[in-house]
Amino acid sequence: MSTVLEITALRAGYDRTTVLHEVTVTVPENGVAAVLGHNGAGKSTLLRAAMGSIRPTAGTVLLDGEDITRLAPHQRVARGMAYVPQGQQSFPHLTTAENLRLVADGRPDGRRAVAEALDLFPVLGELSGRRAGLLSGGQRQQLALARALITRPRVLLLDEPTEGIQPSVVREIEDVILSLTSRGGLSVLLVEQHVGFAMRAAQRYFVLEAGRVTSSGAGGTGAESTVREALSV
Amino acid sequence: MTVVLNQSFTGISIGAVLLLIALGLTLTFGQMGVINMAHGEFIMAGAYTTYVLQQSLGGAGLPLLLALPLAFLVAGALGALLEWLVVRRLYARPLDTLLVTWGVSLMLQQLARDVFGAPNVQTRAPELLTGNVSVAGVTFATNRLFILGLALLSVLGLTLLLRLTPLGRRIRAVVQNRDLAEVSGIATARVDRTTFFLGSGLAGVAGVALTLVGPIGPTMGTNFIVDAFLVVVVGGVAQLKGSVITAFALGVLQSVLEYSTTVSIAKVFVLVAIVAFLQWRPQGLYTLRTRSLA
Repeated sequence: MSTVLEITALRAGYDRTTVLHEVTVTVPENGVAAVLGHNGAGKSTLLRAAMGSIRPTAGTVLLDGEDITRLAPHQRVARGMAYVPQGQQSFPHLTTAENLRLVADGRPDGRRAVAEALDLFPVLGELSGRRAGLLSGGQRQQLALARALITRPRVLLLDEPTEGIQPSVVREIEDVILSLTSRGGLSVLLVEQHVGFAMRAAQRYFVLEAGRVTSSGAGGTGAESTVREALSV
Repeated sequence: MTVVLNQSFTGISIGAVLLLIALGLTLTFGQMGVINMAHGEFIMAGAYTTYVLQQSLGGAGLPLLLALPLAFLVAGALGALLEWLVVRRLYARPLDTLLVTWGVSLMLQQLARDVFGAPNVQTRAPELLTGNVSVAGVTFATNRLFILGLALLSVLGLTLLLRLTPLGRRIRAVVQNRDLAEVSGIATARVDRTTFFLGSGLAGVAGVALTLVGPIGPTMGTNFIVDAFLVVVVGGVAQLKGSVITAFALGVLQSVLEYSTTVSIAKVFVLVAIVAFLQWRPQGLYTLRTRSLA
């Protein structure tokens, strides 16, 4: 399986605090790589650095072999990356429809991309006139996923997409992620606390502890116990 | 009754001037959180644009009409240049921005003195805008009616732009969640520059309007900058409707107090009323979280 996103020896952090120490993570083409670890291990920092929200002090990020380490986040989006940050983030004073149109604006296939996103998350169509800040956590997370998918990414970075969401919606979101990756054309770097779902979805896993990869290997449900063991250390 | 209506119209016309000069600030200060002390000089640039056009073309009506779009472009370009040269490097340092833009404001005033001379200059108003119209015993000055119409048109235009266009969505998105906007594919730096261009351009339009009610001089902007900030602060940063309500409310209050006292005393009472209001409601009439004034 070839690699679409290659993060090599990445060192990054905030101000003078280094959070990630020479982290190497790869995402297989049309597959899912899961990053697991306890709180504070550096998982979200890894995604932020991969997306360009924070600038790494060392290491490289390659997308399809192109070095994008120094590119701004919006330039990475233009090259086929999308990012759903932690915490069901939205533009709270924009309506649901405006949140979607915002990312569709200027894209030749914008209308179709919005329609496809609404097919995946029909509830967003019913709430199109409601301000995003008034949606439930689950609805906001579906909105965040829809917004990311409208940009038609080849690599999607997902930061704990099911965290803090009611169980009925968690299943819906998991199903969408699994169906998107199985359909092909999309690769996912998934940060997830929920080991069962992560290993069901992932072809590769990486366990992060204190900003270092301490364990990695092939994904799948068979590897779940190995990962749980690595996490319990 | 006629007195009340006359004073109300005077108040509304003061409010219209306040609204026009504050409208640009609702973008650069209200939406972006930048304290741009050179905003008054963009008003001045708009006023001098009208003067230059009138000197070159002669007449009064055509230069005034042409000055509206041209002043918007001139002041907007100055604003975009200021954003690119200075402001973008200081987004995380609002107090430094205040000092630096104050310096830029002094430089622009000196530039105007060097080019146009220190004494004030005057433009001729078109004949249509020099008289009065009377309706049911109430007298309306046509230049004030023109400014009121211009202010309302500017508010309408800005509202439609922010609500209905892709650029408006991007501006609102960047104000609400800059980091998310950036990772959603929006070039936030370009949005910042465009917002600054629009805000400064609106100051230029205000400058054109002010040529109808007063002289043009290098320091004319400083006379208005405090009032403009007051309107935006009392209205609540980042909310256009707050500025509209505040501008007219302050205008009417000023006018009513001027009728029963003097101009200076009325100004003192208005400032006391603003201080009292901000003690009660420090966030202003309406609020929305912004970057540097969160």
